[in-house]
Amino acid sequence: MNFVSITAGLADGFVTTLLLFALTLVFSLPLGLLISFCTMSKFGPLRVLFKVIVWVLRGTPLMLQIFVIFYVPGLVTNGQFVWPTMNTGWVWFDTTVTTRFLAALVAFSINYAAYFSEIFRAGIQSISQGQMEAGQVLGMTKRQIFFRVILLQVVKRIIPPLSNETITLVKDTALANTIGVIDLMYRASESLLDGYIWVVFYAGLFYLVFTGVLTVIFGKIEKKLQYFRT
Amino acid sequence: MAYLQIDNFYKSFGETDVLKGINLSLEQGKVLTIIGPSGSGKTTLLRCINFLDTVNKGTMSLDGELLLDAGSTKDDETVLRNKRLNFGLVFQSFNLFPQYNVLDNVTLAPKLLLEDELKQYKRQLKKQGMGFVAIRQKMAQYKANQLDKINQEAVQLLSNTGLLDKKASYPCELSGGQCQRVAIARALALKPKILCFDEPTSALDPELTGEVLRVIRSLKDEGRTMIIVTHEMDFAKNVSDEVVFMCDGVVEESGKPEQMFGCPKSDKLQAFLRGISNKE
Repeated sequence: MNFVSITAGLADGFVTTLLLFALTLVFSLPLGLLISFCTMSKFGPLRVLFKVIVWVLRGTPLMLQIFVIFYVPGLVTNGQFVWPTMNTGWVWFDTTVTTRFLAALVAFSINYAAYFSEIFRAGIQSISQGQMEAGQVLGMTKRQIFFRVILLQVVKRIIPPLSNETITLVKDTALANTIGVIDLMYRASESLLDGYIWVVFYAGLFYLVFTGVLTVIFGKIEKKLQYFRT
Repeated sequence: MAYLQIDNFYKSFGETDVLKGINLSLEQGKVLTIIGPSGSGKTTLLRCINFLDTVNKGTMSLDGELLLDAGSTKDDETVLRNKRLNFGLVFQSFNLFPQYNVLDNVTLAPKLLLEDELKQYKRQLKKQGMGFVAIRQKMAQYKANQLDKINQEAVQLLSNTGLLDKKASYPCELSGGQCQRVAIARALALKPKILCFDEPTSALDPELTGEVLRVIRSLKDEGRTMIIVTHEMDFAKNVSDEVVFMCDGVVEESGKPEQMFGCPKSDKLQAFLRGISNKE
């Protein structure tokens, strides 16, 4: 094995890492917003239920949650339930989404939704009541007030913690290889076991570049929202 | 019956009674000022009038229409919104929308109302059996006209409040006095029947209060109906047709400004005015 083939292997694993990262964001951000509404609900039982859910999701290791989601459905149904394998069939990205990948994606999405929901809740509750009231006396609906007045102010406030959480996600994706998802870290450990010690540093470089790009993107968004102060 | 008639407003927060039977009346085109010590319930009264808080007891009617009856069932959101639109409220802390520039702050609410109106208009046209393309054309034209009107009115309001050159600025780039004048223009853009002010100059540096008070003064000269909660006694004396002195959740004394400031009857009002002039 040489440098080129190892690079190709890592790149292949990186695509899986990237896909897991992106899809987790796509699912966990809206889900997190939904959960944050539930934890702020005026309806007591709903609020308590979701606060407990968030507590459990944030209070147990992500690796444990991955195991639960991957193994437990099959075990309790005596092997009846199997996470489906499917082909994306997308022209630009035709790949097989494996059983393992799907389970990891579900675990990551739910876990990150819990973290994001707390960020959203803090952001929403930090906006002064006066903004809401100004919208009300101007005859706006609750929906209009949220989407036209509150939301952008919330986004501005939560960009730093959101950026933090997103960067953590990049590195957390490596946990997926505990259930055998063939991601960047999996590929690196393969080569490591073949005796190529430098490959782990090389894999680290992939993560560094990735988080570097994200840092720049979030910095740009932050700058773009600097035109107003909340 | 007076233009605005408030009868027997009661409001409590938990154990604390904030309003204990407030009666008020106001004629169209007149200015009512509410004065009184902190914690007397002035702000709560304004908030109840603007449907931001709900009274526990009492009724309010405007222009002959019963707007609020604490005994009746709760209004749904649409009804409540329409009722709120009868009033405008200018806050002590401005509450401008920071992410919109001055012009957009003024036009946002009218534009959102236009969106609602357009939806209804579309339904109406559909009912008339008009074709899809024709509806789109007609709607686009109507929308353009209305948007034009909203913008023109906003520009007019901003020039009345002396802020036309700031229309592209963001609230964080303005002084407190300018912010409050934008807030006044924003409230006026919805053409409220009664405009309320909740201590409009209390958050301002002393040298900035003048510009805001001048704008309010000019609104009186236009004949607008207003309710003003203020600690600016000289201004209250000048601008009011009627002054109400509130203390501990009740109207302690009310009357013409000359009488209220010239020869106050109740001990509490005398003490209040003495306290204020000592401070000055």
